[in-house]
Amino acid sequence: MRKSLVRLAVACSMGTLISSTPAAARDLVSFDSGKLILTNGITTIEGSGGGGLATWATISGMGTNRAFGVSAHVTGVELPDFRLDTHGIAIGIRDRVELAYARQNFNTRQVGAALGLGRGFQFNQDILSAKVRLAGDLVYGPAWLPQVSIGVEHKRSLDAAIVRAVGARSSAGTDFTVSATKLFLGASVLANATVRVTKANQFGLLGFGGDKHGAGSAGRSVQFEGSLAYMLSRRLVVGGEWRTRPDNLGIAREDDAKDLFAAWAVTRNVTVTAAYVDVGSVATFAGQRGGLLSLQVAY
Amino acid sequence: MMFLLPMLIAAAPLAEPPVEAPAPAQTEAPVDWDKEFGVVRKERDPVTGEIPVDPYVQGDANAGARPYSGDGLARAFGGQAGIRRITDRALELSEADPRIKAIFEEHDMVRLRRTLFEQVCYLLNAGCTYTGRDMKTAHKGLGTTRADLNALVENLQRAMREARVSFAAQNRLLAKLAPMDRDVTER
Ligand code: HEM
Repeated sequence: MRKSLVRLAVACSMGTLISSTPAAARDLVSFDSGKLILTNGITTIEGSGGGGLATWATISGMGTNRAFGVSAHVTGVELPDFRLDTHGIAIGIRDRVELAYARQNFNTRQVGAALGLGRGFQFNQDILSAKVRLAGDLVYGPAWLPQVSIGVEHKRSLDAAIVRAVGARSSAGTDFTVSATKLFLGASVLANATVRVTKANQFGLLGFGGDKHGAGSAGRSVQFEGSLAYMLSRRLVVGGEWRTRPDNLGIAREDDAKDLFAAWAVTRNVTVTAAYVDVGSVATFAGQRGGLLSLQVAY
Repeated sequence: MMFLLPMLIAAAPLAEPPVEAPAPAQTEAPVDWDKEFGVVRKERDPVTGEIPVDPYVQGDANAGARPYSGDGLARAFGGQAGIRRITDRALELSEADPRIKAIFEEHDMVRLRRTLFEQVCYLLNAGCTYTGRDMKTAHKGLGTTRADLNALVENLQRAMREARVSFAAQNRLLAKLAPMDRDVTER
């Protein structure tokens, strides 16, 4: 009698021990949606986690360091002579690794006819990317230590013959990025700086490398992307981005891309972004300034 | 079986009133389980209502960050009274938050309410000294995660929002707390 009572008591106290360490039970939960609102960032037009134009060191999805995250996005960019549509999905693994896929469809409208490609001709591109967080944290840790990540973006144009015809060396290319991103809470400011090694013309839509700098030039160059944003509230952030770009094609100049954006977390899992975008000259058509609208759903 | 009794009574209203079952004879002395398992129950201090903690060296350095200067933030938070409302509210929300409430069970919330208030008041330069333990010692063995920390931050944000502290001022406080993450979380 006495013995079984003791056993019962031991079992009970073990029960409370287990339930008083709730983390033990949560080990099995793979999605926690545990990031702070907006700190997952949005999705770039290349499918990786970031701002709209600049890749950030953030890992997509709302999962924290013990969970998975996932996000999906659709983005439309309306320009005077073109329209770019992108969609994609990304998964975040323990807030450490990001794997993403995005598809870009670039409609040339009347320009297609002018270039002899046919009215409404679309350049299409697949982008597979991976990113690893090396150090630091966007929000936590020392204020001087940003979240630092490295990434690769492998891009494959689906219009090989045409991008070669406009002067690109290749229809596929791989970008390498190093990003540092930090939320400076004391100033409510988010800052990002990314260095990208790339051959991509117009993000890769017009192929990789080119004929402008002579036959000996590989067309690979080091480019910079910066973002600066101010958090107006937990749900609303406004900012701007600047992205320098290569200029490889003899037939057409390529300019830096810039944007001014506002991102609003409608709910914890849904972010809507509107931006004014200026990508300069595209395929000899200058002054391509317009609007970007993006929807992201993340868990 | 006891629960059947009312039904039996209802079913047989004319039967003899049931005889009280004799109380089981006390064969053994009641067992002091706390003693069996070596549990030492500390008594709450009759004055403060707090449970004493192991001795530690007191000092403002235990607060984990240097305080702001000037009185701007103290005013933004409504002075000591405002800060106390906010820290109490943040803990009240956390104790009711299904994500993290289990972590606070069995802990001395009287003491936590006092020390968290002191810490925030000290950091915002609102005229307090911090008398609690350092963050690493206080959170040792709690097993808290990044997700738990984010949940607590959200509750604190909500408490500050309810008290109409501007978002920029909210972030100034969070800027002091964010670098403590390694001391207050374990995994
Ligand atoms: C930067 C964030 C945090 C700060 C500034 C903070 C502050 C404090 C303070 C001042 C104490 C009391 C120290 C003392 O008793 O001497 C304490 C204890 C405690 N904290 Fe935190 N804390 C933080 C994060 C967390 C998190 C994320 C959790 C769990 C969700 C948590 C749960 C607790 C518990 C349960 C105690 C009581 C420990 C005990 O009874 O011994 N804290 N914290």
